[in-house]
Amino acid sequence: MKFKTRRTMLYIPGNNPGMLQLADIFGADAVLFDLEDSVAPNEKDAARDLIANMIRFREYENIEITVRVNPIDSPCFERDVKEIVASGKLNAIRLPKANSAKDVKTLEKLINKYEKEYKLKPGSIKIHPMIETAIGVIRSYEIASSSDRIDAITIGGQDLTANMGVSKTKEGKEILWARSQVVMSAKAANVDVIDTIFADINDEEGLIEETRLIKSLGFTGKAVINPRQIKPIHAVFAPSKDEVEWAFEVIDAYEKALKEGRGVIAVRGKMIDPPVRKRAQRIAGMAYLMEQE
Amino acid sequence: MKISKKSSAGSLESSDLMVYLEPMDTIKVEAVSSVSTSQHQKEIEALVKKELKKAGISGAYVKVQDNGALNLTIKARLKTAISRGIE
Repeated sequence: MKFKTRRTMLYIPGNNPGMLQLADIFGADAVLFDLEDSVAPNEKDAARDLIANMIRFREYENIEITVRVNPIDSPCFERDVKEIVASGKLNAIRLPKANSAKDVKTLEKLINKYEKEYKLKPGSIKIHPMIETAIGVIRSYEIASSSDRIDAITIGGQDLTANMGVSKTKEGKEILWARSQVVMSAKAANVDVIDTIFADINDEEGLIEETRLIKSLGFTGKAVINPRQIKPIHAVFAPSKDEVEWAFEVIDAYEKALKEGRGVIAVRGKMIDPPVRKRAQRIAGMAYLMEQE
Repeated sequence: MKISKKSSAGSLESSDLMVYLEPMDTIKVEAVSSVSTSQHQKEIEALVKKELKKAGISGAYVKVQDNGALNLTIKARLKTAISRGIE
């Protein structure tokens, strides 16, 4: 069984070959090769060439490959998209500072153009808009539902707090409303929702606390900036023993009902409808993943 | 096409390399490495010549200082240095 999940998405600076070539050994569910903030303005071309070659020639295994391009208003934007689409093995592009559906459409048009030019399977490259401005938060549902290519949206805490004119604190009270809004928009649009980074790589306790919070809000994963942050996050996202048992009871009961031609099923005295079954499958998949690690 | 101005790309970090390009009428490639054998340096020189040919470069002096880079990194750094050298 192959279960696709994004509990962790590991940022890797785009101009660092040593880290890029090891991207799939750290155990993250996805990697985020970065062309934006971690790359100096005069090295954007070098990082772009390097990332494109890494994706093209390095045979990454069992990991989702995503690239954060420069924002739409940057002179690098179109070149970034062209070169990384041309690499041929990309799973998704993360669009920073997505402020409207129009921004997503701009990226979508470019991907369509270059998928065609490089003879790639149409629609294979997904879009992950990054919500990191106040207007982006307000329009997050419009953004999340603006393209069939979107299968996750994300929130960027550092830029968002800068845009709000406040400081980003460890407690994160200042972005609680934004986090909730972005989660709700993602759920309404039926896409994954990925939380911002936890900046203090030495504070594992703080990371765990924040991951518990964002999991309870409905986030499906979290961006990470250091491989050390991966395991604690996966542990928080791991289902409890009772949840796993319940999930397999639901799946078994559903399959049995299907064979017997029954439409309505109940487990532990509660009716099982499609959303509950979907949740059970997600938990079972997560349990399977934990077993592999 | 010839390299029209001095350019460089890369770094001296581990798993990376520095590529230096200078204008020249013909092709000359020199590779030095702190971590590899002279045989590997010859392989790097051959790789660089092959990539220059692919890029249509007929004139350039190329100096490569390798620090354990993969071939795909060598190709990427060379590509960047070429585009900077023909701008």
